[in-house]
Amino acid sequence: MNASASRWEAVIGLEVHAQLSTRTKIFCACPTQFGSRANSQTCPVCLGLPGVLPVLNRQVVDCALRLGLACGSRIAPASVFARKNYFYPDLPKNYQISQYDKPLCEGGQVEMMVDGHPRTARLVRIHLEEDAGKSMHDQTGGTTSLVDLNRCGVPLAEIVGEPDLRHPEEAGAYLTALRQLVRYLGICDGNMEEGSLRCDANVSVRPTGASTFGTRVEIKNMNSIRGVVAALEHEIRRQGKLLDEGGTVNQETRTWDPDRGVTVFMRSKEHAHDYRYFPDPDLVPLHVDEAWLARVRTQLPELPMARLQRFTAQYALPVYDAVLLTESRELADYYEDLARTLGDAKQASNWMMAEVLRLLNERGESIGRFSVRPPAVAALLHLVKDGAISGKIAKEVFDEMVATGAPAEAIVARRGLRQISDEPSLTAAVDKILDAHPGQVKAYLGGKEGLAGFFVGQLMQATAGQANPKLANQLVRAALERRRSPA
Amino acid sequence: MGLHRLSVEELQAALRSGECTPAEIYASCRAAADSAQPHIRAFNRFEDGPPPPRGDAGSAPLHGIPYASKENIAVAGRPLTCNSRILANYRPPYDATVTERLRAAGAMLLGQTNMDEFAMGSSTENSATGPTQNPWDLARTPGGSSGGSAAAVAADAVPFALGSDTGGSIRQPAGCCGVVGLKPTYGRVSRWGLVAFASSLDQIGPITRTVRDAALVYRELAGHDPRDSTCLPAPVEDPLAGIEQGPRGLTLGVPRALLKEGLDREVAANLDEVLARLAREGASLIEVDLPMMRYAIATYYILATAEASSNLARYDGVRYGVRAQASDLDEMYRASRTRGFGREVTLRILLGTYVLSAGYYDAYYRKASQVRTLMRREVVAALSRCDAIVLPTSPTPAFKLGERVDDPLQMYLSDVFTVSANLTGIPAIAVPSGLTRAGLPLSLQLMGRPLQESLLLRAARALEQVCGFAALRKARQPLPGEGVPA
Repeated sequence: MNASASRWEAVIGLEVHAQLSTRTKIFCACPTQFGSRANSQTCPVCLGLPGVLPVLNRQVVDCALRLGLACGSRIAPASVFARKNYFYPDLPKNYQISQYDKPLCEGGQVEMMVDGHPRTARLVRIHLEEDAGKSMHDQTGGTTSLVDLNRCGVPLAEIVGEPDLRHPEEAGAYLTALRQLVRYLGICDGNMEEGSLRCDANVSVRPTGASTFGTRVEIKNMNSIRGVVAALEHEIRRQGKLLDEGGTVNQETRTWDPDRGVTVFMRSKEHAHDYRYFPDPDLVPLHVDEAWLARVRTQLPELPMARLQRFTAQYALPVYDAVLLTESRELADYYEDLARTLGDAKQASNWMMAEVLRLLNERGESIGRFSVRPPAVAALLHLVKDGAISGKIAKEVFDEMVATGAPAEAIVARRGLRQISDEPSLTAAVDKILDAHPGQVKAYLGGKEGLAGFFVGQLMQATAGQANPKLANQLVRAALERRRSPA
Repeated sequence: MGLHRLSVEELQAALRSGECTPAEIYASCRAAADSAQPHIRAFNRFEDGPPPPRGDAGSAPLHGIPYASKENIAVAGRPLTCNSRILANYRPPYDATVTERLRAAGAMLLGQTNMDEFAMGSSTENSATGPTQNPWDLARTPGGSSGGSAAAVAADAVPFALGSDTGGSIRQPAGCCGVVGLKPTYGRVSRWGLVAFASSLDQIGPITRTVRDAALVYRELAGHDPRDSTCLPAPVEDPLAGIEQGPRGLTLGVPRALLKEGLDREVAANLDEVLARLAREGASLIEVDLPMMRYAIATYYILATAEASSNLARYDGVRYGVRAQASDLDEMYRASRTRGFGREVTLRILLGTYVLSAGYYDAYYRKASQVRTLMRREVVAALSRCDAIVLPTSPTPAFKLGERVDDPLQMYLSDVFTVSANLTGIPAIAVPSGLTRAGLPLSLQLMGRPLQESLLLRAARALEQVCGFAALRKARQPLPGEGVPA
């Protein structure tokens, strides 16, 4: 940390666009699938042909309501779509339909974990809008630009945060929490690389402890959470340095250059558009009544923070484990399924943390695609519990289950991994070993109790490692004691 | 046989009795249109011929009836130029809802008609392809913006035509041409496929020679359409059921205070005379006070231009019309739009952009929206005291071509009595009410309660009867070549 960093405090507010994962677009019936052939998912409506009219897709409203309710926002009984007027070739109507002065959701908050502690950041609003198309400019020095309008009319929820964040890491935590939330709600796939979750950041600095805001700069073009954190770190340093040198920060928009790790000037405030917003006369106000809200409320899943807290309380998990296990709804469901089937939350969480997460990480897989489902894992862990196999063997068996899809029992049987827990036969084997090593027996009985390990080792050797280790230990000691002459 | 002179109802009777076939009607209308076209230039283009006959056609409500459609209403595969250079090559891949409905009803499209560019104007002189002439006097305008449709009906080329009405664009030309023009309640007829001028004001409606025909066509156009969010779901009453109940029992409101200034003397005299006749026939007349209407033109030109500036933004040289060559994107936009739009459209886009601009929005757009709300309240209150409000369709009869082209304000005042129905969303109808001494049609307008087109049409039918315009129509001088048996 340099001197500049401590003199200046950053104020950060994020604007996040979440592409809502409805099957069709916001104002027409075109599909929204990512990665289709250019301009194949278009119709007269999203192409903005003369004479067409938009009709609101109510599924889109459902998605935004889920998010609004989850964040505790106030839901407007009547919200209004406006036109945001600007000329650009990827915007066929040359206006974007977006909610403006009467958004669907106002207020609310995002709950997040910062360094293992719960925190909240307030929201200004959540509103609905249509996405624009994509321009592709000739990068080889030519003057041609191509436009793909597939994305035109894809539904977006814009989530505008209050400037409540003070550190780039907080911004990262906020985005992580928001991404987790939209995924829990099933309203957005949260993929920042594909652009289904996009983030613009507003950041200013002020003397530490001040209560007024400095001049704010908007940063665009960050397509990962790490990118947002890095861009903010750079921009805060840049602004601090400017002020340290007696300069001033200009209100402007900058773009993040991830290759060079710097923010670059894009346009100044003077060149900001006058969007000439006005209510879109083609759309009637959106009315959301209590019945609609009630229906959406019943569809809400348990939210990530609530689930985290329940995991720590109900399963006595450490916060660290609970955070990891509630990272996604699928992972948390997996864990709870395993804990329930197994009847042992502790053993389930140990196995999840040590084995399942390790394998997912190694294989780069998501839990949803993980082939070994909780009942199969529970069957494996029951074998450990019943003493049929050791924990060490269980890990081997698990790897093979993942690799082959075979059930634990079958692997154990095929590879003869079952522990010998048959007392009479083990006792017989122990007696044989003791008979064969009278010197060591004498030494043991003479006080060299450490030799017990030697006999256990001999037993394991004799049983090709399959003797139940706990039982082996017990039986060896008992047999040795039996050879002690009565005092 | 002069089939082209018959009304929709008369044609239906002739078809029913087997006196003629749809093909004969079509041919008769096409011949009349061809002979009128060089003189009035009402049409932009004609269809190649009648649509192929359909098996179930006999039962369709407008079976065998030809019509003309204003060229801002989409017909799949046909030009949709709005008489603008900027849409010169545009053909929509889809039908307007009204096009679909009329086809389903058995009506046959004869051709598409001339209009003021993007429906902006009151004389059809703003058409990029040149003006239409008034069949009653070729030196005069047919009104606008649906001047081509009104002239085509007046010249007996088609029994009905479609127009669109944003501030009077059906009623004012209907008035100028001595035909009936109905602007339904906002939201009664789907706007899907109508090229938007001012979306909150635009409404499609019929232009016909009789009130009964207007009701017949209206019945086919009206009704809910899921493709238009502003289209109302209320069921459509049959407007013909009570249409012949006559003037007796009707209460008509007259906004006297609005009619003191700027009214042509013959227009004023005609209003008084017709009102007196209606009263003699048993209608009650009351005075209604509509002080907000004074602001109608100002309010209209703020809201309509604001919406237009946004609606017409898509015509940018990227997708339609001619793309101007330019050094950068902004310059290409500017050059393409400068070349593609006519003067009046450019003026309105600039006005609309201005009133929506930061710093001016509150003074113009917001204020106008508030005035609009007050106007709506005022007119609905007035209509709770009467069945319809009567006033002239326009302050003057049809004016001369070129007379107002350099005086936009004078041109805008042609719509002083019509814009309020658009601003308030209520239905209104223009009905021919007499002739000037010089033989030009006079027209009165009735404004009715929202969604009560049936009552409005009944009042209009009563007015039509006391005016006896059917006989006066014969006073129109035939166009050169008109009336020569085909």
